[in-house]
Amino acid sequence: MMQTNQLLLIFCSVLLILGLIAFFVGRSKAANLRASGTSMYAQPDQYAWFAVLSTAGPAVLVGVLGAFVLLLLGAEIHPLYLLSASLVVAAAGLAVGVVQVRANFHARKAIERVIRWVLAGAALISIFTTFGILFSIIAEALRFFQMHSFWEFITGTTWNPGASFLAAAGRGDGSGAQFGSVPLFAGTFMITLIAMLVAVPIGLASAIYMSEYAPTRVRTIAKPLLEILAGIPTVVYGFFAAITVAPIIVNIAGFFGLDASYNNAVAPGVVMGIMIIPFISSLSDDVINAVPDSMRQGSLALGMTKGETIRDVVVPAALPGVISASLLGMSRALGETMIVVMAAGMRPNLTANPLEDMTTVTVRIVAALTGDQEFESAETLSAFALGLVLFAVTLSLNLVSVIMIRRFREKYRVNNL
Amino acid sequence: MSDSFDQISQQLKRRHRKSARLKWLSMGALGLAGLFLLWFFTDMLIKGLPAFQQAYVETEISYSEEASTDARQAIDSDLIPIVSRTEIRSIPRLLRNEPDLIGSSETLWLLANSQVDQYLKGQRNKLSDEEIATVDRLVESGQVTQKFNSTFFTQGDSKTAESAGILSAVVGTIMTMIVTLAIAFPIGVMTAIYLEEFAPDNRFTQLIEININNLAAIPSILFGLLGLAIFINFFGVPRSSPLVGGMTLALMTLPVIIISTRTALRSVPESIRHAAFGLGCSRWQVVKDHVLPLAMPGIMTGSIIGLAQAMGETAPLIIVGMVAFIPDVGASFTEAATVMPAQVFTWASEPEKAFVEKTAGGILLLLTILISLNASAVILRKKFERRW
Repeated sequence: MMQTNQLLLIFCSVLLILGLIAFFVGRSKAANLRASGTSMYAQPDQYAWFAVLSTAGPAVLVGVLGAFVLLLLGAEIHPLYLLSASLVVAAAGLAVGVVQVRANFHARKAIERVIRWVLAGAALISIFTTFGILFSIIAEALRFFQMHSFWEFITGTTWNPGASFLAAAGRGDGSGAQFGSVPLFAGTFMITLIAMLVAVPIGLASAIYMSEYAPTRVRTIAKPLLEILAGIPTVVYGFFAAITVAPIIVNIAGFFGLDASYNNAVAPGVVMGIMIIPFISSLSDDVINAVPDSMRQGSLALGMTKGETIRDVVVPAALPGVISASLLGMSRALGETMIVVMAAGMRPNLTANPLEDMTTVTVRIVAALTGDQEFESAETLSAFALGLVLFAVTLSLNLVSVIMIRRFREKYRVNNL
Repeated sequence: MSDSFDQISQQLKRRHRKSARLKWLSMGALGLAGLFLLWFFTDMLIKGLPAFQQAYVETEISYSEEASTDARQAIDSDLIPIVSRTEIRSIPRLLRNEPDLIGSSETLWLLANSQVDQYLKGQRNKLSDEEIATVDRLVESGQVTQKFNSTFFTQGDSKTAESAGILSAVVGTIMTMIVTLAIAFPIGVMTAIYLEEFAPDNRFTQLIEININNLAAIPSILFGLLGLAIFINFFGVPRSSPLVGGMTLALMTLPVIIISTRTALRSVPESIRHAAFGLGCSRWQVVKDHVLPLAMPGIMTGSIIGLAQAMGETAPLIIVGMVAFIPDVGASFTEAATVMPAQVFTWASEPEKAFVEKTAGGILLLLTILISLNASAVILRKKFERRW
């Protein structure tokens, strides 16, 4: 490893030196050419930069591609050969770059072309990320579904991975393990439901206040303050839910003679709801502001009170946007991890009572991947199956949300949403 | 039958009351959110501020011959249950390194046990009545006091609450953020430049755009799964290292930087581009020399906000193994490290009561950093933003 690092260091410094040579040789050659009275297509610096690009570009490309192929095929080629091959390419590039310093060569256009490709390559990375997520999850999830049936995963009501890691270690046959994800999804949806019950009314009402009633001074202060709620790290919310809110919920339940677990679903649900308020309020605020004033004027001219105008005209007009904001908030609640890991339970529990402890999809993903199990065990792979479902659900929520907001935008010809 | 005027004005009054009710209701909702913010910060301050104070004991240490093997000989037997065990344990090591000390003695302020610390702060503790009497006596004579807790800022994690500090997590956070920014900033800005300034409006461009918006809404834990399956299992990047953590977070921060950079580029007026083109600049020269410098404040603001977001993220880092017990301050990008939110998570799952205070203290530090980052982003925008 150490040797590879040193090799890499040597490679980089040689490449740097070659690049510097290319720059100065290219520039002095171009400058001499121009001083001799030839009119040229580009400035000496541009020829110099072209020489640098033709030295380093192909060399780095060969190095990276080679390393990738090495890794992919697991071929037994020493990195030394790869790096020296790359340096040979660099030297050839240097020669080409210097030869290209001619009066009729468009150095600036050539640079421009290279830059365009580099930028497009950078833009591709975000696509690779999505496909990376998709492929890594699907590949591992498929391996899981080879061990356990998909149907059992979707409809089973018992989640008990207990014995699977023994099977992976060669002891036992893992037949005791059950992967029925219904209780996990029930818990996830229960907590999400509580979060939405908190976030949607408060978020929408705050948005209505800020866009319709609040004086500008209040608005300029309230908006960033609400944004702070979205900026608090989720691990902090989790601690708050577990240490402060959960005991309060238990006490309140006890006051009414109810028995609540310290890992009840209400505490993470409420805190998650508070976290989502700014997502809903800020987008709803934008949408309500985008509702054309002519609609308000028309309604007021007909003798409606301000409240009636807001309730019967403005909010219905903004409804697609509000729904879109709520769906985005919901997808965030479904995928939220730290709050539930710290404040919700670990026990898969199929119940409709939010005061009991229940677990969620994300909690099980974390639990499956933080233990010391083999990566090959069914429990570890089950995390990817759960992740796949989570990805599918949040992706469809986001898509619906985008479609709703686009419809709103087209209806009212709004461009800044 | 028509209603009388009285009835109508009654109706009208009712309608206006209803209208006013909506106003108060919506105001109340905003107030509720504000109230929650207040409650949250007071609660964190009450729980976390004591972490910056720590009980110390003035102890006379006699470096006798026996002390080099049995450290308990070095200090007064009354003090043994009061002084932190990590302090006592370090005495033989000190004597092994500096044998000259044997025979001498000195008086130092040593860290007190976390139980004593909790007792002084009025929290629940496991001290026996006898020990409480000793502590009370020592407090009276000034041998036990609370001082500023420098250990918290200069030490790494520890299994004993009193000597646990956050420095290793802070260093880990800095290294992880360096990796994140080094990857996400150039790629994000380049992507945004391509989409705004170079790309033709075709299917490929639309695909990238939809994809970026979608990436911004994917649950963060899924980025962790990607990091685990691709970076660690496929490329063999060392687990738990700032390198893999930073790479994972970079992919997460990328959409934030791209979206804010595009907004910043779009706010630069077309006339500037036209003027530059008119002088014969190529497209890249226009972008590099004219558009980019003008858009820089907006780009920086967006990047700082993205950085703050990445800094508070925990879920993907748990998956790539960055929630680890790291007692020593690390200095390598490829060795195991931890970050501040992960440290908070680790402390929050410690059963010992004294760690609650540490957790809240760590949270206060984290929140301070995040809020100042965000504030600096706002100031940057206010100061350099140009309205055209």
